[in-house]
Amino acid sequence: MDQRPEIELRLTSDPMYLCGARELVGCIARRIGFDDMDCSKIALAVDEALSNIIRHGYERAFDKPIWLGLSPIKPSSDSIGGIVITIEDEAKQVEPCNMKGRDLEDIKPGGLGVHIIQEVMDKVSYEKRSPIGMRLVMTKLAPRPGELPRLSDKAPSCKVTLNDRSPSRR
Amino acid sequence: MASPQSTFISVERPEQGIVVLAPNTDIDMSRSPDLRAILRQEMSGDAHKVVVDLDEVQYMDSSGLATLVEAMRNAGGTSLKLVICNMNPKVSAIFEIARLDSFFSIVNSRDEAISL
Repeated sequence: MDQRPEIELRLTSDPMYLCGARELVGCIARRIGFDDMDCSKIALAVDEALSNIIRHGYERAFDKPIWLGLSPIKPSSDSIGGIVITIEDEAKQVEPCNMKGRDLEDIKPGGLGVHIIQEVMDKVSYEKRSPIGMRLVMTKLAPRPGELPRLSDKAPSCKVTLNDRSPSRR
Repeated sequence: MASPQSTFISVERPEQGIVVLAPNTDIDMSRSPDLRAILRQEMSGDAHKVVVDLDEVQYMDSSGLATLVEAMRNAGGTSLKLVICNMNPKVSAIFEIARLDSFFSIVNSRDEAISL
């Protein structure tokens, strides 16, 4: 990602901080103009992404870094506005195209996080950071006036980043 | 039978054989292990119905949902009933997103859950 987010939060991979991340995201989304239900869903998508990093990426190590970035998309002639959320970690890398939701017909505990993220957000992209970690970029567009709430059925885009041009955070 | 300690889930027994679990905060990855422990404890006791009252739960993530799926599956094939009540629209949304809203017994009120 070439541009730094307008808001950045570094948190430790401890589940007790999930509530703070949700509050921040929900609050900013509300200021951008999303309704209460969308704010809650956007916060849910962020919570699921952070939980996946803690659970799978860091294998429940609670002292690792996670960076949460938020940038509003300002309304323009080309765009109705929205929010871009970036989440980065130093966890083990996985192939972006393997980040898929599971079959929901198989009812079992767990494995719902990626499905929820894809369902809630309009655009979802996983990338490998260099040299370690993953980056998730999620976009939610604001509803057009009079538009009914929607559930996205878009598949995630997959992109592998070989060179991380963002400033070092370590 | 004593329940595992939790400061955010009250355990009530309104009638013989009926247990009501009422969390009073968000259920996320940091809280769902407590809910799981109490559900397991109460479902292995002598109750024939366990009610999860979500009236004070403003938010639940997939770890909470997974905990309830696990409990529902544990109740399957036994005479034990698991009923969820008082779900607000934001919590209800995650059940719909995961397409699990028809998997659970969900009713509007605690009274309805107890008399079901």
